Amino acid sequence: MGRITLDKVRKTFGDVEVIPPLDLTIEDGEFVVFVGPSGCGKSTLLRLIAGLEDVTSGQIRIDRQDATDLPPAKRGLAMVFQSYALYPHMSVRKNIAFPMKMAGLPQDEQDRRIEAAAKALNLTDYLDRKPGQLSGGQRQRVAIGRAIVREPAAFLFDEPLSNLDAALRVGMRLEISELHKRLATTMIYVTHDQVEAMTMADKIVVLRAGHIEQVGSPLELYNRPRNVFVAGFIGSPKMNLISGAEAEKHGAVTIGIRPEHLGISTESGLWKGVIGVSEHLGSDTFFHVTVEGLGEPLTVRASGEVSLKYGDIVWLTPNEVNLHRFNAEGLRIA
Amino acid sequence: MARSVSTQRKLVTTVFAWAIGIAIFFPILWTILTSFKTEAAAIADPPVWFNFHWTLENYATVQERSNYFRHFMNSVIISGGSTLLGLIIAVPAAWAMAFVPARRTKDVLMWMLSTKMLPPVGVLVPIYLLFRDLGLLDTRIGLVIVLTLINLPIIVWMLYTYFKEIPGEILEAARMDGATLRSEIIHVLTPMAIPGMASTVLLNIILAWNEAFWTLNLTAAKAAPLTAFIASYSSPEGLFYAKLSAASTMAIAPILIMGWFSQKQLVRGLTFGAVK
Amino acid sequence: MATKHARVAARFMISPAVLLLLGWMIVPLSMTLYFSFLRYNLLMPGMEEFTGLTNYRFFLTDPAFFAALTNTILLVGGVLLVTVVGGILLALLLDQPFFGQGIVRILVIAPFFVMPTVSALVWKNMFMNPVNGLFAHAAKALGLQPFDFLSAAPLTSIIGIVSWQWLPFATLILLTALQSLDQEQLEAAEMDGAPWIKRFWFIMLPHLARAITVVILIQTIFLLSVFAEILVTTNGGPGTASTNLTYLIYMQSLLQFDVGGGSAGGVVAIILANIVAIFLMRMIGKNLDA
Repeated sequence: MGRITLDKVRKTFGDVEVIPPLDLTIEDGEFVVFVGPSGCGKSTLLRLIAGLEDVTSGQIRIDRQDATDLPPAKRGLAMVFQSYALYPHMSVRKNIAFPMKMAGLPQDEQDRRIEAAAKALNLTDYLDRKPGQLSGGQRQRVAIGRAIVREPAAFLFDEPLSNLDAALRVGMRLEISELHKRLATTMIYVTHDQVEAMTMADKIVVLRAGHIEQVGSPLELYNRPRNVFVAGFIGSPKMNLISGAEAEKHGAVTIGIRPEHLGISTESGLWKGVIGVSEHLGSDTFFHVTVEGLGEPLTVRASGEVSLKYGDIVWLTPNEVNLHRFNAEGLRIA
Repeated sequence: MARSVSTQRKLVTTVFAWAIGIAIFFPILWTILTSFKTEAAAIADPPVWFNFHWTLENYATVQERSNYFRHFMNSVIISGGSTLLGLIIAVPAAWAMAFVPARRTKDVLMWMLSTKMLPPVGVLVPIYLLFRDLGLLDTRIGLVIVLTLINLPIIVWMLYTYFKEIPGEILEAARMDGATLRSEIIHVLTPMAIPGMASTVLLNIILAWNEAFWTLNLTAAKAAPLTAFIASYSSPEGLFYAKLSAASTMAIAPILIMGWFSQKQLVRGLTFGAVK
Repeated sequence: MATKHARVAARFMISPAVLLLLGWMIVPLSMTLYFSFLRYNLLMPGMEEFTGLTNYRFFLTDPAFFAALTNTILLVGGVLLVTVVGGILLALLLDQPFFGQGIVRILVIAPFFVMPTVSALVWKNMFMNPVNGLFAHAAKALGLQPFDFLSAAPLTSIIGIVSWQWLPFATLILLTALQSLDQEQLEAAEMDGAPWIKRFWFIMLPHLARAITVVILIQTIFLLSVFAEILVTTNGGPGTASTNLTYLIYMQSLLQFDVGGGSAGGVVAIILANIVAIFLMRMIGKNLDA
């Protein structure tokens, strides 16, 4: 079981408050992603849950039990680190066995779990190698293996994919999602990459400067961002945010419109603009269009291939239904 | 990419480097050669290089007359003992400073290093009197204590620099995996730090083996290590070059051989971990 | 960045080392300070009495003190100069590709392994002896008058011996630092048209600054208390020509049994060493804070 509750958890380093009092509940079996720009406190939050840092005040409960003052070893959580943190002097087998050895599990039980984990993670042929002889992806799997065998209440992942190259990252993303479906164990996953958050999470927690900006399912966040920050952070390419006279027409201080919700035409429309750089991805084409009076160029998505060149004049029309409106505090206007 | 250098230039460098290398090594080489000569050959003018009558007689005489082996054992016990003791005290301290740095960690480290700046002669009198009153003069245990203390800052400093290179995440992983502090240090930190520890140990054995202020002032005959044993050759035996050479060779050989066999660790250790 | 639990453990783990060093510092230091105000001679036990600053007056007005101070500065400065300059030159040479690098490196390191008493004795007798020494033989072979190094130029001779012992250390550290220099930097400078001497001056030397600091720091610590080399070769003589502070205080306390005077000298040595230490620590603070 792995229901984790944070109750007014606060963390300061010296005089600096990195996490202001914060409440959060993570349900058993949930895949929760903490996402935010670097320095937003997401890793600190994870380390507080892990017990690698003390909370300054507040309470952390794991399965209704107060774990605030428990050392990391006693919390029944397993962690996969950004650098994998494999023990370089031990073979893969010994690395995976280490937590079980520390827990004093009988040898045959250890062997059984190692075999099972190795099989699940395609590591059977590498059990006697040292971490230094493995590729990045394999090391990542060893780190996961070391976490699995403990049968923890929850897995903690601290930016586990950021040291892998792009292609491998997509593969590992799927593997971790697959693992979650199979084990149905709580997972808390920290990343700065909103694509990882969108593709993997049951629940996303968007953090900024230690504050929770919004909690919700990926699509909730995508369709109804609570404020300008979430609107700008979730989604790729980013939502176009427009303020000034054009926003006031819609009764808002800032309006946001996603690239796919802008119609593009060579004949007529609401805004007249000039095509800048275009990015051809095959399935989609993204145009950067400069519209007079709207500040930053707008990003527009067009399906498939559209033959517009640098410097062409186009007309853009936002889809009113999908327009996001925000007030002076940056909050969503329902 | 290393650039290829013309063979001609490489040859010139080779000649130069070897000439300087041999010149620097020459006093040691000459001492070793002389130790195999007869006394007459040792002071022959012009000097004889290799074509002399090789003899082991000097070594036998030195051992016989001044019991080289006892002094050798004194040196082994004093340098080994002080290094081991220093390691036992320094490993926990270095762990704390490297992995749980506090605001004043840097200051503590600097302060420790600054105790090395304390000129030994400034505390010679009290240490001498304390040792006299405690019956530690001319004992191995007394020297082990003093050498442990004077080399402790260096051991702590070196271990600290080596430990710093070990990513803290690995120790945190061990903590998450349920390791106690003891198993964290024994099963994870120590094996990872073996090369650094080896360098530290080697350097400290050398420093202790060659320490020649306290060993000369706090020993007489019984506990005298090789440094003090050799000093007794300053006169009048010093005039017997072959025997002096034999005694000298025996005094430096253990360290020389150890140093050559463990060159890689030693080179790292010799830089006190301060230069990479 | 750690938990309370770890911080408590850390304090516990560090305390033996701190307490031992604190004791090692405070106990003998306060004794030295105390003795320095006493008339205390081991040959006249039971006659100790408080004499105020008399010991200091005697020690500081003794012409031997100024001689020893000058000699100490010359010795430390001389050896530092020889080893740093020599070390840089040697490191530059050994950094070039040549045959047998490993062996030459072993040959160059070797003097560091030689204990001070041995090196002093070997140099004194087998090289510098005016009758049977190798240098005397060489001089005669060239038709020159043999030079009595240790009588005619005792301090210079000792500087030579000590430099021989420390040159390997300086060379090794500087060589290690030199090898860590990014080759691309040098190639970029070469592309920019910098001749070798400019590349050395503007790129290599600044890169070596940290290593040079380390060499100076560590060597100074050891050089301030050079003792065995003097004891074995010249006994500080002739006169006070090769007496440094360490040796002067040793003579006063353990040869003349003047504990009070020796202690006053010890306090003076400590104060001087502290001045040097503050200076050095400043330098490290700047260069070593990486």
